[in-house]
Amino acid sequence: MAVQAITTTLGEAPQPRRQRLLEDERWLAFFLIVPTMVLLGMFIAYPFVRGILLSVTNSRVGVPGDFVGLANFHKIWNDSIFRTSVYNTFLYTGVTTVFKLSLGLWLAMLLNRNFKGKAFTRAFILLPFIIPTVLSTFAWKWMFDPTFSVLNWLLFHVGAITGRINWMGDPDLAMISIIIVNIWRGVPFFAISLLAGLQTISPELNEAAAIDGAKPWQRFWHVTWPLLLPVTMVVVLFSVIQTFADFQIVYVMTGGGPANATHLFATYAYQIGIGTGLLSEGAAISLAMFPVLLLVVVFQLLYIRRVETR
Amino acid sequence: MARVTRRKFLKVSGAGALAAKTGGMAAILATGRAPAYAQATTLNWLRWNDFVPASDQLLRKELIPEGEKVLGIKINLETVNGNDLQPRITAGIQSGAGPDLVMLFNNHPQLYAASLVDMSDVAEAVGKADGGYYPLVKSNSNDGKNWISMPWTIVGGMIAYRKSWFEEIGSPEFPDTWEKYREVGAKLKAKGRPLGQTLGHTFGDAPTFTYPYLWSWGGKEVEADGKVVINSKETLESVKFMTGFWKEAHDEGGLAWDDTNNNRAFLSQTISATLNGASIYIESLRNPDKYITEKGAKLNTDILHAALPKGPAGQFSMHTYFSHALPKYSKNEKAAKDLLKWVHSKDVYEKWFVSQKGFATPPAADWEKHKVWDEDKVMTPYKVAGRLGRTPGYAGPSNAKAAEVLSKYIITDMYAKAVQGMPAEEAVKWAESELKKIYV
Repeated sequence: MAVQAITTTLGEAPQPRRQRLLEDERWLAFFLIVPTMVLLGMFIAYPFVRGILLSVTNSRVGVPGDFVGLANFHKIWNDSIFRTSVYNTFLYTGVTTVFKLSLGLWLAMLLNRNFKGKAFTRAFILLPFIIPTVLSTFAWKWMFDPTFSVLNWLLFHVGAITGRINWMGDPDLAMISIIIVNIWRGVPFFAISLLAGLQTISPELNEAAAIDGAKPWQRFWHVTWPLLLPVTMVVVLFSVIQTFADFQIVYVMTGGGPANATHLFATYAYQIGIGTGLLSEGAAISLAMFPVLLLVVVFQLLYIRRVETR
Repeated sequence: MARVTRRKFLKVSGAGALAAKTGGMAAILATGRAPAYAQATTLNWLRWNDFVPASDQLLRKELIPEGEKVLGIKINLETVNGNDLQPRITAGIQSGAGPDLVMLFNNHPQLYAASLVDMSDVAEAVGKADGGYYPLVKSNSNDGKNWISMPWTIVGGMIAYRKSWFEEIGSPEFPDTWEKYREVGAKLKAKGRPLGQTLGHTFGDAPTFTYPYLWSWGGKEVEADGKVVINSKETLESVKFMTGFWKEAHDEGGLAWDDTNNNRAFLSQTISATLNGASIYIESLRNPDKYITEKGAKLNTDILHAALPKGPAGQFSMHTYFSHALPKYSKNEKAAKDLLKWVHSKDVYEKWFVSQKGFATPPAADWEKHKVWDEDKVMTPYKVAGRLGRTPGYAGPSNAKAAEVLSKYIITDMYAKAVQGMPAEEAVKWAESELKKIYV
């Protein structure tokens, strides 16, 4: 009796307007997407548009400034430190990505095998990626310290060197140092992501190739690699974007030094915009990254789509 | 519990408010009551991590609680690495919210002049009471019209050196010219005891070495009218000399040092001399048994201080100058100024000054008479730090352009680039082109 009464009430009551709107799939989709749009708007679109507006003014800290067109871009184009930063960013991204991919893939293949303590090792491998970057980079900074480097101490005591290696005081070695730290930090991301990719490949395919007489290298090149390629491309895409805009490692390790030799886009933009207070120039340096990253993203997404529709 | 009647409350709070309004700090102290601020006034004060940790302790444990009581406000003290102060004030000004009082170095306040509250009322009163500020104080903190920051202190830059090590290589007196210093340094480096100097991007020890070094050779950034004259025979000579001097006498790791590295290197006895505030010596006094020389003596008995050597154009110095800026976004302008008045009152400031043991030289002349300077002869050279010293941007004013050059480390980088192998002519030309972009 009670159930019947409720059913009757529900059936007879007019639907509230809000509820009717949500019944419509187009409105529902819109409502569901609103939070994401708000977040993207606040944290991505607004700073991006603000950056563009800043870069075409001569604004300094506390002084709104006037419209100057592309003068800031012209200025940074003639700035030798900016050119060094561009070169450094490409070098840093290129070298680290190659190493992270090869070492990550190698590690993923190893972790894909069955061995005792597999779960523990997999978790352990992730450590460099889990530890806050600033913290681990400070540890590395100490290891490369000009005076108290533990690496120098070790190399000296095993007889590999007779003098001190000036890790962070020499421009080339400073670059190598930050590259090493970035690779150390990035390999786990590659390894775990590629491992996930490897686990989606059916072992039967490899077994079939083996029965047909394919050697391990041939099995990797003709079976595993093509199937892993879409995942690899996505991982490389993320990594390139992150590395291109890297800030923490360089800021903590060298601060862009010695004598601006290790500045990347982000650290130089920070030094000019926030350190010196030349906000518009800093914004212009930051935005100079954008076309390059856009090209990388478009190229890789097109490639991924081609691979997927093959 | 004592009963407070409405009449009594009005009388007391009225007297406090009136005193605060009309009589300033003296009246506040005389009434012994806090001025009538809104109960929830909280003042955020941002300073560097002092190289004399005892002074930060004194502030936190004694002076701030006392100040809170006297002023009737809550004071939040935050201390950060000195190199992070500029980013913090930039972020504060742009977002319109941040610390109420921000410590700044050298002429950095000039970069933010448009966004800072005029401190002339406080600065002039304190300066007058303390016997007048030194010229370098005015250059850094005054934009020609107003006091844009409140002078706090000067950390004198002197070379701390190992007396016995210098004696061992036949130099009992500290070398008085760059040539002699290079010669002595080469002998010391040959014995595994190089000179230590940063040429990195760091606020204190890098510019306080490179600017006076440039001036001592006769080089300068600009003429008084702002015309860039860095590319001169004198600058070139200084850069050429530096490249040899660096390789022969210095610890080459110094290119990557910040303001703390030379302290650590000296205290662990890997370098024989370094330009510094007196923090190395003070630390060796604080922990006498921790720092022992190779001969078993206390390290603090083997440290002396000397001024930078002279060059063909004379002997110069640039000391790290500290002041407090009050950004216009602060909603606690009056409370911030009252805090500054209070902390600069003789009794309070003296406590802080004494805790520094000579590391900091006050910005005004009367403090030279303080007994601290007679207590330890090793510290005596720092007494007159405020009288000596030029400011960045010489021979022009130490204005926003000079501050931009300083913030971008252009003079330091000129030497660092040459030391790293860039031909001296190119390094000077690079500095000239950078300066011309600023002095347009």
